[in-house]
Amino acid sequence: MLYIQSILLIFFVFAIIKVIMRFRVGDLRLSGLVLWILFWVLGGVIVILPDSTFYFAKLLGIGRGADLVVYVSVILLFFIIFKLMVRIEKMEKNITKIVRKETLDNAVKREK
Amino acid sequence: MNIVVIPAYNEEKKIGRTLSGLLKLDCIDKIVVVDDSSIDNTIGEAKKYGVMVLKHSVNRGQGAALQTGHEYAVFSRADVVIDFDADDQNNAQDICRALEVLQKEKLDILFGSRFLDNRSQIPWSKKHIILPVSRVINYIFTGVKLTDAHNGFRVMGKKALEKICISQDRMAHNTEILQQTKKFGLSFKEIPVEVKYHRFGQGIKGGMEIIKDLLIKR
Repeated sequence: MLYIQSILLIFFVFAIIKVIMRFRVGDLRLSGLVLWILFWVLGGVIVILPDSTFYFAKLLGIGRGADLVVYVSVILLFFIIFKLMVRIEKMEKNITKIVRKETLDNAVKREK
Repeated sequence: MNIVVIPAYNEEKKIGRTLSGLLKLDCIDKIVVVDDSSIDNTIGEAKKYGVMVLKHSVNRGQGAALQTGHEYAVFSRADVVIDFDADDQNNAQDICRALEVLQKEKLDILFGSRFLDNRSQIPWSKKHIILPVSRVINYIFTGVKLTDAHNGFRVMGKKALEKICISQDRMAHNTEILQQTKKFGLSFKEIPVEVKYHRFGQGIKGGMEIIKDLLIKR
């Protein structure tokens, strides 16, 4: 096994432990737990058996399995960033609503 | 009731001059300063003048502060709201004339323009580069042609106050108000106002932030 494979596998195991810990403290739902564990296990399989991606790469008309992994990773990253931006925006709007309500409530109290 | 709404952030040095100019007017009934969680003594300075001061506990941006002021004005049964800058850039004398125009011509909203007369000493780069580009961007996003863009002076009648809801927390609220003016079919007009320049104001970076907000937060 190459050094990089060992490093990646250790990282994936560490990531799975973190996912389980987040689930146990209630930061992650069951669906999130399953999804993230599947994701990191899949990553581990690809690291141990790099040729396993070859079949799917060929199916999609991509030359090498490694290229498929890069393409999928980039798409996934963009999607996650998009989801995060939407979530942050929603949180920003909610913060503004809370701050405004507090401000107006205080003003009403003062005027009474 | 005519209420002046002033969004303020770290304006302790200029808010006093702004307020003393406004307090000389007999065409306004109430002044509301919305302090957007300033880290200086803006609140203390404003309170010296006996005006209503609202305070955001967390900094949310000029658009958010304006909307808070507008909601307070609705609660106070305002008939007209005048948006006014805190940094002594606007001329308080423009308000009474604007109110006359709004009532006489039965308009819903008035936008101040520094290009309709020659009172404003606009810096060259702002006059010939930044504001013309802003006008084009405003037109692209709103379909409305104005001679000025992002002017803090605005007068809103009751209908406009009820219809317009600012969701752009930062500086893109000017364009959003224009979008909603068109969307709700509100009658509007530009009026000449004076803008005094103490400092440069929004530069290119500020402009880029506005475009980013308009694209992301639609």
